[in-house]
Amino acid sequence: MSDPIKMYPSKPQKVYFYATCLVDLFYPEAGMAGVQLLEREGIEVIFPEKQTCCGQPAYSSGFNDQAREVILPQLGLFPEDYPVVVPSGSCAGMMRKHYPELFAGTPQQSQAEALAGRTWELTDFLLRVCNLRLEDQGQPVKVAMHTSCSARREMGIAEVGPALLQQLDQVELVEQARPAECCGFGGTFAVRHEEISGAMVQDKAEALAAAGAEEFVTTDCGCLMNIAGYSEKQQLPLKGEHILSFLWKRLQAADKAPVNAGGKV
Amino acid sequence: MSQHQEAVQEFHPRVHAALQDSQIRNNFRKAMDGLMGKRQQAFADWDLEGLRDLGAAVRLRALSRLPELLEELEANLTRQGVRVHWAENGDQACEIIRDICQARDAKKVIKGKSMVSEEMELNAYLEEAGIEALESDLGEYLVQLAEETPSHIIMPAIHKNTDEISALMHEKTGTQPSRDVAYLTASARQQLREKFMQADVGVSGVNFAVAETGTLCLVENEGNGRLTTTTPSCHIAVTGIEKVVEKLEDVTPLLALLTRSATGQHVTTYVNMISGPRKEEEKDGPEEVHLVLVDSGRSSIYQDEELLDTLRCIRCGACMNHCPVYTRVGGHAYGTTYPGPIGKILMPHLLGLDKTRDLPSASTLCGACGEVCPVKIPIPKLLQRLRKEAVDGDSLRPSVVSGHGVKRRFLEVLAWKGWAKMHAHAGFYRLGTRMMTSLRGLMPSKLGGWTRYRTPPRIASKSFQQMMREHAQKSNAGGRS
Amino acid sequence: MNQARSNILRRLRAGRKASFALPRSDFAPVRDRDWSAAEKLDLFQQKIESVHGEVHRVPAQQWVPELLRLLAEKQLSNLLVSPERKPGQELREQWHGDLPELLAYDQPIENWKSELFNQVDASLTTCRGAIAETGSLILWPDTQEPRLMTLVPPVHFVLLEADQIYATFHEALSTQGWVNQGLPTNALLISGPSKTADIEQTLAYGVHGPAELVVLVLE
Repeated sequence: MSDPIKMYPSKPQKVYFYATCLVDLFYPEAGMAGVQLLEREGIEVIFPEKQTCCGQPAYSSGFNDQAREVILPQLGLFPEDYPVVVPSGSCAGMMRKHYPELFAGTPQQSQAEALAGRTWELTDFLLRVCNLRLEDQGQPVKVAMHTSCSARREMGIAEVGPALLQQLDQVELVEQARPAECCGFGGTFAVRHEEISGAMVQDKAEALAAAGAEEFVTTDCGCLMNIAGYSEKQQLPLKGEHILSFLWKRLQAADKAPVNAGGKV
Repeated sequence: MSQHQEAVQEFHPRVHAALQDSQIRNNFRKAMDGLMGKRQQAFADWDLEGLRDLGAAVRLRALSRLPELLEELEANLTRQGVRVHWAENGDQACEIIRDICQARDAKKVIKGKSMVSEEMELNAYLEEAGIEALESDLGEYLVQLAEETPSHIIMPAIHKNTDEISALMHEKTGTQPSRDVAYLTASARQQLREKFMQADVGVSGVNFAVAETGTLCLVENEGNGRLTTTTPSCHIAVTGIEKVVEKLEDVTPLLALLTRSATGQHVTTYVNMISGPRKEEEKDGPEEVHLVLVDSGRSSIYQDEELLDTLRCIRCGACMNHCPVYTRVGGHAYGTTYPGPIGKILMPHLLGLDKTRDLPSASTLCGACGEVCPVKIPIPKLLQRLRKEAVDGDSLRPSVVSGHGVKRRFLEVLAWKGWAKMHAHAGFYRLGTRMMTSLRGLMPSKLGGWTRYRTPPRIASKSFQQMMREHAQKSNAGGRS
Repeated sequence: MNQARSNILRRLRAGRKASFALPRSDFAPVRDRDWSAAEKLDLFQQKIESVHGEVHRVPAQQWVPELLRLLAEKQLSNLLVSPERKPGQELREQWHGDLPELLAYDQPIENWKSELFNQVDASLTTCRGAIAETGSLILWPDTQEPRLMTLVPPVHFVLLEADQIYATFHEALSTQGWVNQGLPTNALLISGPSKTADIEQTLAYGVHGPAELVVLVLE
């Protein structure tokens, strides 16, 4: 009954890129960083333009009908047997773990299962499939990693972010207290149970700052928006960034501006 | 229905109060940090996944034959001289216990720890019948002195610190105020010794009921459970129907999981296995032993293949100890007998979703509970299921839980339908994102609860789709040059 | 309440799903241990000491003087011990007037509840072996060594034969054939003195049962 062992594919020539709605609208530079890291590995990135959202907001609110309605037209966007990479642990988790449940017993069951089977969180894919090697070009900095709960528990990739960061010579990775504890985002939870969410994000941001981190990086835009938004409002000395943006910037010479910094919190 | 249960609906005000109470927050944070650390150490040398798989397998096997095992348990216990009673709900169970007491003319009941008895509010029921019911587990005793309910299923008084307990004992029992836990404990021992000697009936819970041998297993550290089941001339054990296991050997993995998951102990001080009343030649033990099997909604959980996993629970409390929500708000905020993640998936069945409407959504679905559950109950999955039930959100799989649809509100349904229309059509979606990026200056600076704690999210000047299009053009241009 | 019984069983039978996917129960995680006798003894001692139990290893012939030393050290004025069991007989043979009084649990509890609860300082019992992995003693109370004998006196001495230590609970109950021979009215695992952490997770001993558990391991 243990989770099946993950079978990574060999490094492909092409991948499908599933950007997620938060990247699309709020953190496009994180998506671009992901694309460029893939291209740096010689992989052709295919971006099916008709993609929207993975359906998770409705699903985690109990509106399965609406989740299916949104997912259904997207199931056919990835016809070839290429891996589908996602710059988010929680959206990847939605596709990998919950699509098969949602479509069980429907005509789309096998399509959903097939898609789930080749969906990968992007940092995991870069490290384990592409065997990414990074040469740090940046200034010394103290960074903490916040692995999202879905990345940690649904996707089982808690060790991936730290392993990538540790490749960077000038980056000192510090660890916050209770690294495995949730930041309190939880999608609509942050609004439905605002006070609990507020208490959780307070503890998380303070723990990151107390660890001496000048910046935290994370696999997930929801956590990023939550923790960085709190930190900014409370004026804590703590910036936040998607791990893909961070990694890509570290590969550029210090005098070269990153491709696009728009939308960064 | 008691006031306590009706109050379940008032979740938000209690959360608010708990979060404002820095003492409560500190007490829980400290306790939960300690319990998490101890659990981790206790499993350090174990094949934990193998053990959890075994624990889950044992519980599933028991549930697969639940009616047969209950009959086998009953037959074996009866043969060994234990009287078995069945109750469809808490009130019936209370009645049975009251009747046993009255038949023996019993006026004083001493209790070992039993969450099922909390669930059916036995103490209040007995008091009304003129029978004193006194808790003897130290934590339960303190909670009873304070006229409260347990805030944790394993550590009932975890919400109080030593100073608060000292003040409580001083006020209610006249002990000297003290920060010396040994002194406070010794005082409670003294107070309860007399009560044990005088008690007519002992009421206890059951951790595992073994069908094969007709054995009731009770797991505890203090010895109050053993005193409760030995000293009075009558012992009444009360338990949910799901607590049965098939074989005696099935207890071994569950015991190993229970104590380590709960408090990080490799075993509790006492594992008390009761298979019958005192035999004629024996010099102590109760003359009468009763077992009350309580349904209270469990058989309806059993009807559903997915929800059934709720019944695997062995009540270790690890899900609470690891829950970031429980840690912040404490057990009383839930307003239910079982708080925390297990409470959120169990109480809607016991009380109805209408009375527990805010519980399933009070989770980030972070998965910490499912990760530590010793019998691998997929708690986050069941929370999602109950959210779906609460809004009648899946036309392919009709809702079945009592009180389903209670959270289905016209405006929210409309909002999700609109959301779905926008995201199911790439054209609408692209139009929408283009509008938002170009009108991003108009984004409101206040977004309800979100901006109470955080700055508003910032829409990018260009969407990822636009950037990708430009990126593709650049690559193509680059390719041509 | 026969109505309740049939209603509950009927609901369970009607609601049972045919598709119970039953995983195999692989008991290896609680069974397979490869420990020598010496390792088992060491582990038993380490585990029970970690929860405040006291262990004294003595040659099998030397336990009486060791017990007398401990009784004196702990200033106990009496000892409840079965006159019918071999250790009780041995003890009585080597007794003399200056020593703590030997008491017997020779009548039903109802006749001497108050004395047992208020006047007995310590008890001595045998056991049916121990479990190394958890530092647990196995006791099956009976007419000679009744249940409360191991619970009410503040100090409990136990004699354990070193070759009666099983690796795991699973091994103990299968080797001793618990299921086949049938369980007694009460069977116990005892692992240390009575304790509680209900006050702010601070450990305190002797809350309802003995504050001291002393194991004499006979080698």
